[in-house]
Amino acid sequence: MEVDTPMLSQYATPDRHLDSLKTAVRLPGQATMQTYYLHTSPEYPMKRLLCAGSGDIFYLGKVFRNGDLSPRHQVEFTMLEWYRLGFNMVEMMQEAAHVIQVVLGDLPIEAITYQQAFQKYANLANIHNATAADCRACLRAFNIPEVVGVEADDKALWEQLVLTEVIEPQLGLERITCLSHYPARDAALAQISTENPQEALRFEVFVQGMELANGYQELQDGEITHQRFQQSLQQRQADGVESVPLDERLLAGLTEASLPACSGVALGVDRLFHLALGANQLSEVMPFSIENA
Amino acid sequence: MASVSTSEFKNGLKFLMDGQPCSIVDNQIVQPGKGQAFNRVKFRNLITGRVLEKTFKSGEKVEAADVMDTDLQYLYTDGEFWHFMDPASFDQYQASEAAVADVQKWLIEQDMCTVTLWNGDPISVAPPKQVVLEVTETDPGLKGDTAGTGGKPATLSTGAVVQVPLFIQIGEKVICNTQTGEYISRAK
Repeated sequence: MEVDTPMLSQYATPDRHLDSLKTAVRLPGQATMQTYYLHTSPEYPMKRLLCAGSGDIFYLGKVFRNGDLSPRHQVEFTMLEWYRLGFNMVEMMQEAAHVIQVVLGDLPIEAITYQQAFQKYANLANIHNATAADCRACLRAFNIPEVVGVEADDKALWEQLVLTEVIEPQLGLERITCLSHYPARDAALAQISTENPQEALRFEVFVQGMELANGYQELQDGEITHQRFQQSLQQRQADGVESVPLDERLLAGLTEASLPACSGVALGVDRLFHLALGANQLSEVMPFSIENA
Repeated sequence: MASVSTSEFKNGLKFLMDGQPCSIVDNQIVQPGKGQAFNRVKFRNLITGRVLEKTFKSGEKVEAADVMDTDLQYLYTDGEFWHFMDPASFDQYQASEAAVADVQKWLIEQDMCTVTLWNGDPISVAPPKQVVLEVTETDPGLKGDTAGTGGKPATLSTGAVVQVPLFIQIGEKVICNTQTGEYISRAK
């Protein structure tokens, strides 16, 4: 079922690395303008619908991310997000890859875990045990330009750089690559693997080195969701980034009736067209990019 | 000196890197969505002309460089320095050989050039896109030849050597493209 969720909300995602656009809304009975946020994805209202018993749902529409502008990013872009009851991560990954095949043709599908990808594409045998120095040596070995502003011992950040600078450009070449089992610290609202608590049941799908989709086997528990939100807020505070109001309606919904067992995925539609049409940048496949809005 | 954050990075922004002025030629945001954002930056060292690449953690700051492009008239060279003048203020600037190394052979007295000043001193010079120069030396060519059927080297009055059509003779004036170093046409 297609659902229509609000773009404008009094709540925003606390995710440390997502910046919601905000606007001032005049409401009757309020002396001052109220702050409302434009959604970065329809995830929270969709989860409220799932809690209320909607069953499988999808959203196709605009989302907004402040500050994101590059050949691969637009502040306003089109997202296809959908949820499947009873699907585990692997089933969701396959379905996401099949949807991509509908547009890009019958490319072969490859599934690889985060840890395997570091081994195969960056020669780092066990990334979970590797040190910051191992990651820096890897960047040097692959002739990655010097990095400015990262502490020498910040392993998580050096690991991220190995992923974005060394591994991602090698993913999805003439194929659809599903990268799964991200580290638990990147779980967002994905479940943690019961087999390995270092890993989250989160995946991303890559074609030609470009991330097309991001999905989770969804966290169901309201209490843990609340803890993850609090951690994000603390991280914002530690980094001096503005705080946001947490979506209490989502948290209440998850507490009253926990989320049914499901998986969900969000797919960047403009990026899919970008690849299908062989464009050089996202704005070429959009009738009105922000530069032209 | 003012500092500039990565959020203000854009093409053409001038900043100091290792004490030398640089200009951004490409700035791309790497925004993984789930992690720290970075700026992948290509920049030209304005003194050496070399293009370098670095990845900055978003939010990092660099020192702004007092670099500006200004239109100046080329006056003359005394062999050690190349002298330029602002035709409005009559202020004079002297450029070292390093600053004019690549373009010396296109500098013609009285021509307007774009001179890049760093803290008030010329560090690079861009001559006009097209210049008119006299041929001082070339082999005699054959009559009836037209442009496009081969050519021959010709030395111009500034010392520049370009390929010209066979019909060009010593003493004639030719128009050259200073960026490609190619002959364009005979000057009238």
